[in-house]
Amino acid sequence: MSEILKISKLTKSYDDLVILKDIDLTINKGEVVVIVGPSGCGKSTFLRCINAFEKIQEGEVSLDGKVINPCKGKLNEVREKIGMVFQSYDLFPHKSVLQNMTLAPIKVKKVAKKEAEKEAIELLSRVGLASKKNSYPRQLSGGQKQRVAIVRALMMHPEVLLLDEITAALDPEMVREVLEVVINLAKEGRTMIIVTHEMSFARAVADRMVFMDGGRIVEEAPPEEFFERPKTDRLKKFLASLAYN
Amino acid sequence: MGFEVLVKGNNLLRLFMGLYIALKISFISVFISIILGVVLGTVMTLNNRIINFICRLYLEFIRIMPQMVLLFLCYFGATKALGINLSAETAAVIVFSLWGTAEMSDLVRGALKAIPTAQYESSYALGFTVFQTYVFVIIPQIIRRMLPLSINLITRMIKTTSLIMMIGIVEVLKVGQQIIEANRKSSPNAAFGVFATIFVLYFVVCWPVSLLSKYLEKKWES
Repeated sequence: MSEILKISKLTKSYDDLVILKDIDLTINKGEVVVIVGPSGCGKSTFLRCINAFEKIQEGEVSLDGKVINPCKGKLNEVREKIGMVFQSYDLFPHKSVLQNMTLAPIKVKKVAKKEAEKEAIELLSRVGLASKKNSYPRQLSGGQKQRVAIVRALMMHPEVLLLDEITAALDPEMVREVLEVVINLAKEGRTMIIVTHEMSFARAVADRMVFMDGGRIVEEAPPEEFFERPKTDRLKKFLASLAYN
Repeated sequence: MGFEVLVKGNNLLRLFMGLYIALKISFISVFISIILGVVLGTVMTLNNRIINFICRLYLEFIRIMPQMVLLFLCYFGATKALGINLSAETAAVIVFSLWGTAEMSDLVRGALKAIPTAQYESSYALGFTVFQTYVFVIIPQIIRRMLPLSINLITRMIKTTSLIMMIGIVEVLKVGQQIIEANRKSSPNAAFGVFATIFVLYFVVCWPVSLLSKYLEKKWES
């Protein structure tokens, strides 16, 4: 497997407050890495550092061997290659589902409108929303909006997809429909970094689990080993805190 | 009932000319207010403390002052104190624009603040530049939020133009008064007929505008 994203010695701080410390992580093409950890451990900030939403104080992030944070070139060109979906499904409220999906390809990538629409409809039918192509975001449920947000990100053909707690704001009955989409993407061989609190989903989708605590990577392992035979006390404690006996 | 004075001479036409002047002043003022209001409102979101203080002061001052006092201050006051010779219509446009800019800038500021950061970020995440984000994502949303409210402002301005006769502009209300005065002997009831007609004229102008605002509000409801 070839490496696509490399994060080395990444340190992020606000004034004196260190949020992330010395993070090293390499992601291979087609790999799905799931990051878990207690609230406030810096996992969302870490994702935001990857596509340069946050300035970093030390270290670097590189995509395909090119340093993207600290970014020397154009930020928008970097972000084209890294898709990101957020917790609060942020579709553009004044655009229909189809327009939401085709806006960036048409304006940024200069794809022909017809072509973009054709691709958008294909993607929509894969997530079961082809019938909603002319709906507006306000007419969709949370789960539907989040599925649209995911395929909207795919329209840009990103090399890496970052998913930041994409089910955290959803009603429980809508979580599955969204996560199933992600599991299918994993099967297609998409490279993804996922931050989530859904452990059974994490276990199903991950090639590699990463546990973060206090702004550092504490433990990294394949899911089976991660959940069954955690090495560090901190991870054991974290996993125990999620279980009910 | 006093309606007969309207068909005398060109009285009705004179009323329409008066209405035209009132509308002209309000539309010019609205146009200036929208442009300056968008600029000022955007500046206010930059969170510079000094600029915000000055803007707040301006906003409060305009809100507290009755428009009539502003009109007198600008037309009579400026002429004497500053030696600037303004025509009454220019003075009216200045005062109405000052008022409209204050109201618009507050609307723009509110609309900009109401757009969640996530809208900007999800747009950047798709590869849009800052400029593209504003053009395709942020500004269309702001216009949708603001248009109904700014249309409202237009109707309020049209109604408030009745004040400008106080600085000697012959708009629709003043024309009405003149017609009544001139026909005091022949048609003692002219007041009713003339003012009722003016009422209908104001209504005919403002009602469609207010309907349009309601329609847009409903259409863009999110």
